[in-house]
Amino acid sequence: MTGSEIFVRSLIAEGVEIVFGYPGGAVIGIYDALHDISDIKHILTRHEQGAVHAAEGYAKASGKPGVALVTSGPGATNTVTGIADAYMDSVPIVVFTGQVPLKLIGNDAFQEADIVGITRPITKHNYLVRDVNELATTIKEAFYVATTGRPGPVLVDLPKDVMASKATFDYPKKISMRSYNPHVEGHMKQLEKAIALIAKSKRPVLYVGGGAILSNASEELKAFARKTRIPVTTTLHGLGSYPENDELSMGMLGMHGTWYSNTAVHYCDLLIAVGARFDDRVTGKTEAFAAEAKKIHIDIDPSAISKNVKVDVPIVGDVKKVLAKLIPMVEPLDTKDWLQTIKQWKSEHPLRYRNGKLIRMQHVIQKIGEITKGNAVMITDVGQHQMWAAQFFKYIHPRTHITSGGLGTMGFSLPAAMGAAFARKDLPIISVSGDGGIQMNIQEIATCVENKVPVKIFILNNGYLGMVRQWQELFWRKRYSQVAMFSPDFVKLADAYGCPGLRASTTDEVEDVIKSALAVKDGPVIAEFKVVQEDNVYPMIPAGQTWNEIMDFPEEELSNVAGEDLESEELITLTKG
Amino acid sequence: MTTMSVVSEKHPETLDGQIHKHTISLLVENKFGAFNRIAGLFAAKAYNIDSLTVGPTEDDSVSRMTIVTRGDDGVIEQIIKQLNKLIDTLKVTDLTHENFVERDLALIKVQTTTESRSEIMQVVEIFRAKIIDISPKTVTIEAVGSQQKIDAIIKMLKPFVIKEMARTGRVALKREFQGDVD
Repeated sequence: MTGSEIFVRSLIAEGVEIVFGYPGGAVIGIYDALHDISDIKHILTRHEQGAVHAAEGYAKASGKPGVALVTSGPGATNTVTGIADAYMDSVPIVVFTGQVPLKLIGNDAFQEADIVGITRPITKHNYLVRDVNELATTIKEAFYVATTGRPGPVLVDLPKDVMASKATFDYPKKISMRSYNPHVEGHMKQLEKAIALIAKSKRPVLYVGGGAILSNASEELKAFARKTRIPVTTTLHGLGSYPENDELSMGMLGMHGTWYSNTAVHYCDLLIAVGARFDDRVTGKTEAFAAEAKKIHIDIDPSAISKNVKVDVPIVGDVKKVLAKLIPMVEPLDTKDWLQTIKQWKSEHPLRYRNGKLIRMQHVIQKIGEITKGNAVMITDVGQHQMWAAQFFKYIHPRTHITSGGLGTMGFSLPAAMGAAFARKDLPIISVSGDGGIQMNIQEIATCVENKVPVKIFILNNGYLGMVRQWQELFWRKRYSQVAMFSPDFVKLADAYGCPGLRASTTDEVEDVIKSALAVKDGPVIAEFKVVQEDNVYPMIPAGQTWNEIMDFPEEELSNVAGEDLESEELITLTKG
Repeated sequence: MTTMSVVSEKHPETLDGQIHKHTISLLVENKFGAFNRIAGLFAAKAYNIDSLTVGPTEDDSVSRMTIVTRGDDGVIEQIIKQLNKLIDTLKVTDLTHENFVERDLALIKVQTTTESRSEIMQVVEIFRAKIIDISPKTVTIEAVGSQQKIDAIIKMLKPFVIKEMARTGRVALKREFQGDVD
């Protein structure tokens, strides 16, 4: 069997059902081997970055590893942003890149790039296959490394001559690596220390990150929080791990988190970090973050513990396993007063926006939530809409909120939604982007149309790179430098691509457009919402600052929206939990 | 043996707490790119490297690296965790808090004259170094020992004019017995 055939057989043995990719000279043999295979669906994206984000979206929505296949040189370098994104957000993907023949490596051959060297700092691990006899084992190892421990991207570089050489196919059933054995069970001594801290706490908070979703720990998290009566705040990636319609939920924390979750963290006496990494967008100034609180940190990655904030009780292990062990050990707490205080904060400082004739992004997000009752997969891009999508939609189920958090990759949403659509056929797949982000991977509309991928492509168009504009307004004396942006007519663009295009220009059109978009089942639909140009995300804790600097929604200030009838404006409030 | 020495851009003085020199010994899979992964990690995370050596061990499939680095406790803790996180890493030991033996090696080419030669040979004798090459105008000295010893012999030879020098980084192993047999 040739290396190319071994490759295809290995993917089948690994249970891979879909590959996102783009052919080229160095992988032409692999594509030939794929040609007759019906067990694996191949989706031809329009750009290799789209293929990697699609693999990420598939992985995040399904919990299974995503796979991308690209050619050497530019094909490989185009995957770099997607790989870095997956590394930052711990997404299990395996990226296969073609490579020039072994004897040409280092010769500046046509379409040669040292992709193993380039991606070394942004992959969990990577491989250059030098011998066809090692191919099957390497693929097995790649999937094993990508999906175990703290998941992440793995790249396998496949030289053309290796793939053309022959070997017998023998896919290993199991793999064990002497140098890699992730620690998944929490240490009992540490668990006991944690239990002692919990028992003494009067004002505890659970701070839950993406690790809870990666380890499928939602049920354990719910059981733990409800037994102990500890309120829950989640990071951006933790959204969906705990139902936001539950009274213990406080929504998201951090720079644009709810006022009450940040306040609860500020005043808590015990912070239990669950699969979260004390990112700077969460902590602000680290020395002042939950400064009075004892801290317990559950994480599978030992290097995440005490990296940014020193903790009192580190527990290295899989979140699901650790919580399952803690539940029978822990005693219910009396947090009645603490929960009452939080309830008071919630009523005094809800999430707010002004709704009028002209469309607010917040309103679009809230309506999507109301119409779908939270039963949708929201795949967001990066910027203001991303924060409002985190705030004004109540996430109830894990893996229904997908975004680029760590790297903050604009252009993520559409291709990731495309990937998610192949994983979740039971829920509407809603891609939400700004006018800036959508134009960074807009070519993938063609992929969606060609493959009848039912993605709702919602474009919240404010004519600006809104988040940068907000910073320029607040911190750079309103000097708007290169943030206003021209966009094409998205409805006409939809027509050119051959998919339905819808537009809402006033608030009263929003609901109908959302409903019409949701009714499209046999392929993508583009819905453009012409929204208020200048609006700011609140609450906001400016970068690197403390809870004391929190800017809540400025209720006294009337909006300064051109053409808006202030009389008709209505203050809308929303509370998580 | 391959050796390298790089200085990172971020000065450890900017960090809080006490900065100490640490000797870290690690065993890694002897695989393509393993050395790059470790050197790259130090560069990417802006950790200091005073020296880094890599060479074979008694087991062909395993290489030993010895890294001399500086940082406060938090930084050293992260360095060790990050080294452990690399998939090819088998074992990381911070030798600093253990009893360990360490050696550096230097080849020092010194300018000589008939008058200075015997004086240089006395220095070589005192430091238990060796002359491994000689020409009418130079001698090349091999010095082995702790970093301080190498620094000291260099200091003693400087007045004679050092023409060229090559120095390895540190290699180190944990001691089995408490006493110094050297």
